[in-house]
Formats: sequence, C-alpha cells, structure tokens
Amino acid sequence: MSDAAVSNPLADLSSRSRLRLSIFYGFLLPIVFLSLLAGVGIGSTNISWSTILRVAEFKIFPQAWTSSVHITKADEVIVWLIRVPRVIVAFFVGAGLAAAGVLLQALFRNPLAEPGLVGAGEGAVLGGVISFVTGWSATSVLSLPLMAMAGALLALFIVYAMSTRGGVTPVATLLLAGIATSALLSAVASLLLSVNIVNWQIAQEIVFWMMGGLDARTWTHVWLCAPFVLLGIAASLIQTRDLDLLQLGEETAASFGVDVESSKRMLTLTAAILTGAAVAVAGLIGFVGLLVPHAVRMILGPSNRRLLPASALTGGAFLVLCDLLARTIHPPTEIRLGIVTALCGGPLFIYLLLRQYRGVAN
Amino acid sequence: MSVLEARNASVKRGGRTIFGPASVRIGAGEITALIGPNGSGKSTLLRLLAGLWRPDGGEMLLDGKAIHGFARKEMARRVAFVPQETQIDFAFTVGEILAMGRYAHRGRFSPQSEADRAAINSAATYCDITHLIDRAINTLSGGERQRVLIARSLVVVPEFILLDEPTANLDIHHALDVLQLCESLSRKGKTVVVATHDFNLVTRYVTRLILLREGLLIAEGPQAEVLGPKTIQEVFHVEAEAIPTKNGHPVYVFHQRT
Repeated sequence: MSDAAVSNPLADLSSRSRLRLSIFYGFLLPIVFLSLLAGVGIGSTNISWSTILRVAEFKIFPQAWTSSVHITKADEVIVWLIRVPRVIVAFFVGAGLAAAGVLLQALFRNPLAEPGLVGAGEGAVLGGVISFVTGWSATSVLSLPLMAMAGALLALFIVYAMSTRGGVTPVATLLLAGIATSALLSAVASLLLSVNIVNWQIAQEIVFWMMGGLDARTWTHVWLCAPFVLLGIAASLIQTRDLDLLQLGEETAASFGVDVESSKRMLTLTAAILTGAAVAVAGLIGFVGLLVPHAVRMILGPSNRRLLPASALTGGAFLVLCDLLARTIHPPTEIRLGIVTALCGGPLFIYLLLRQYRGVAN
Repeated sequence: MSVLEARNASVKRGGRTIFGPASVRIGAGEITALIGPNGSGKSTLLRLLAGLWRPDGGEMLLDGKAIHGFARKEMARRVAFVPQETQIDFAFTVGEILAMGRYAHRGRFSPQSEADRAAINSAATYCDITHLIDRAINTLSGGERQRVLIARSLVVVPEFILLDEPTANLDIHHALDVLQLCESLSRKGKTVVVATHDFNLVTRYVTRLILLREGLLIAEGPQAEVLGPKTIQEVFHVEAEAIPTKNGHPVYVFHQRT
C-alpha cells in the first residue's frame, strides 16, 4: 500500500469529525445566544429584545457613544440588576456542573458519576454552611466559594477512597459510597445549623441557599462564580489527554506515560473547584452534570477534548432554560430549579442505571 | 542495544510473596515467551518489566539503571505494554485510540505533529487496520480489537513490546495472526515478550522461553533445551506426550495425572 493511500483514511476521519463538530456548534451557539436573550427577556414583565440590546449597549460602551440611547430607569433595573446577573450565574453554574460531570465520569470511569451523586455537592454545601456559621462569609465574600470547594474536595476524597479498589469503581459501590457520604455530610451541615442559630434571618438565608436556586442573584454572585468556573474549565482543557487515557483504565494510562496519581489528584481538585463554585452561588442543583455530558457524548463521541467545551456551553444554556422554565411555568410562584433539572435528569439516570445492570448481567 | 533485567526481583501482596525472587534478562531483538499456568506470575513479571509495578525486593533495570528512576513518559516511550483485557466500553474511534498512544511524545499544549501522524499511519498499516480507522472500538471483534491495541503500542515506537495473554480471547485463526505479527515485529528489531499459558501455540514463533510456576522461575532458555515432557509436568502438573510435526517443533498432548 502506498503512503498516500494510507494517509487518506486518517485525513477523512479528521475532516468528517470536524464537519460534525461545525454542525454541532452551528446549532449550539445560536441556542446559547437565544437562551441568554430569552432568559433576560421573559419573566413577570416581558422585555423586548431591542430594549435588552439597548440596555446592554448603554452599559457596555462608553457613555459618549451611547448618549443618544434611550431607556427607562425601570427597564434598566430589571434588565441590568435583576435578569442579567441571574442569567449569567445560571449559565456559569450550568457550565461548571456539566464540566465537573465530564471530569468525574472519566475519573470514576463511570457514566453515572455526577457532582450530586458522588458527594461533591453535599460536601460543597457543608463547606458553605461552615463559612456561614463561623461568620467567615461576613468577613470575606470569597470564603463561601473557597469553603465550598474545600468541602467538595473532602467529599470526593472520601467517596473515592471508599468506592475504588485497584483503579476499578463498581457502580453499586460508587452510588452507595456517594449516598452514605452525602447523608453524613448533610447531617453534619444540619447539625451545625441547628446548634449555631444566632440570627433567624441568617438561618433562613442559609436554608434557602441549601435548597438550591437562582432567585435574587446579583453581580456579586457573578464575580464569585464565573472566575472559578473559567479557571476550572481552563484547567480541565489542559488535562483532556490524561482524561482520555484514564478513561481506558489506570494501567493503560500509566503504560502510555500518564503519571496516574498526580493526574487523578489534579482532576479531583479541578472537579472540586467547578462544583464548589457552582454550589456556592446556587446551592445544590442535581443532574445537570449527568444529563448534559451524556447528551453531548451521544453526538460528539467520548473524546474529552471535544466533549468538555461542548458540554460546558450546553450545560450553561440548559440551566438558563431550566431556570426560565422554573420561574415562568406557574406564575407568580417560582418552582425550585432543582425540581426542573431532576424532572429532566431523573428518567435518564434510571435508564442509564438499568442499562448498566443489564450490561453486567450479560 | 537495550536490555531489560530483573535482579532478584520479588513482589509481596498482603504480607505474602506472590512473585520471586527471580532474575531474568530480556535482550534486544529477542522474542521471548513467559509460560506458566494461571497464577504463576507471568503477568506480574510483565508488569515489573514494564515498570507498572515496583518490586518489593531486588531491582528492575533498563540498560543497567533502575526502572523507577526513569520518568513515566521516558519509560512509556521505550517499553510498550499490551494488556490482556481488550474490552473498551467507550465509543472512541480506532483513530482516536491510536492517537492516544502518542501521549508520551507530545507536550501538554503541542498539537499533533507530522511525526505523530506518520507513527499512527505506519502502525495502522503494519497491523492492517487502516480500514477500521473510523470505526468505534466497542463495535469491533476480539481479533480486530487485539490488532488495534498492538497497533496502539507500535504508535509509541518502543524498543520493547510486552503482551499479556494476547491470544487468550481469540479463535485459532486470529491467534496465529497475532503471533505472526509479534514474530514480524521482532524481525524488525523490536524486543517482544509474550505472556501465555498456551505453549503449543507460541513455540513456533518464539526464540526463548521462560517457564514460571507459583511465582518462581523454573527454567529459561531456547525452547529445545527448556521444553520437554519433564518440565511441562513440573510446571503444569499434567503428563505431556510430545508428538513430532512437520515444522520441526513437537506439539504436546496431555494426560491427566493419576
């Protein structure tokens, strides 16, 4: 066989997968844009997209350019102080949880791993509660996300140590370890809350936060979450080749030159940063990290270099839309965001679980 | 030319010595078979040689230097390991699987180079899997998967290739294909080590045998010197009868010992 004939199949492969990737992003990017626009525009007061763009113009560009732009004070407040921060927080929380899901699924070599199911979510909640009851959150706003990340990291170490033997994580053990650790950590969090209630108002705030949701998010929440999510995604992106090999098994990864132990530590830390950043501003929101990577993997395949950025963007748009649904489906009450994501993700989780067990049985 | 060596290497698990102490020398260009029943320490020795496990006693050497002193990537570039388990549950394409084999040659931020592509192409051609390149690995047959995993180890362009039971899950036709591939690799100057319990199958293809039983080295050398009814009985606990064949290597049939 000549060299040219040999190189052709490979060239075809890369051009075909590039085409598939372009089509995927050709759909995804408009969806992301429209979901952000809809998230800002639709609500108890509907705001036209032209008003949204005018407000954005007014806020983003220097005043000299925008002196002719005409907007009302009410529109400005609703768009810029209420809707926009909420939508941006939703986007980054969704992106962070989806990226954390991708990392955890490769790390545990299991499609069912997800921040909420492997204890990381409850760990982050416990970290957040500690930062509330100790008063650190009043001293420094940064203490909430940092403590949430530390909690998520602790939980991941416990669950990993409990469920993984010789690089293998059986599904049942993973889920049981996740449930047990979650229950323990959330009991500790509740205990801390009940013995430390100094102020009824603070307690209410904490309980509200623990339930998960995106109501009344402000620009502060954006700055607490977005930088860490971006950091976590950047850190994930430079580890995608380690992730691919780890997904094939630790021994295989080691034999091809991956420093397995340090790689796993870095990945765990990254997943904890992403989970902690998301939980710190939105509480515990389940199933995003399960649903989104799974859907994207069905379209783009398992290669983490393609899966990670695509999942992060999809997760962001998904959570913005879920939040939109949660606050508009039954006005004037808002449904908890976690209910919407659970209704979408729960059936998929059950399907995956059944399929894995059938696979094992065969 | 490089040499892989075990010097009084031993492995302990749960306080019990499961392997060794044993000394083995794998010289360049040879094709060696590690032969023994299940649990005889073939896989353990293979993992020691690949630097995947560290010995609890004695030492493992590559060109006279301790293996664990080499960086993980350096070791991976020189010694390739083909695992027994070929099942992969994720739908990576064969092309993606082969590209992963270049991990140790690429920096974290460097894109795929011309050398990477050339190594992938020639490995795929050599193992005759170019037509499978965009198939998902989990849709291939056992024989195809084994060829893909051998190709992935060639993508590394290693000096040593260590294969753990490469024929265990294959029918006879594909098993012989894989062994022929191993033989041709050794003729191309690669040093090949095959762990297997099926010595009838491999004797035609290998130049040297290492016989193991219960973690200990029983015999080593050219097969004419090492393999015979007596050593087979000692290692496998069966009575063996040599039957001459036209290619010069006897095959053995077995009788349960009474």
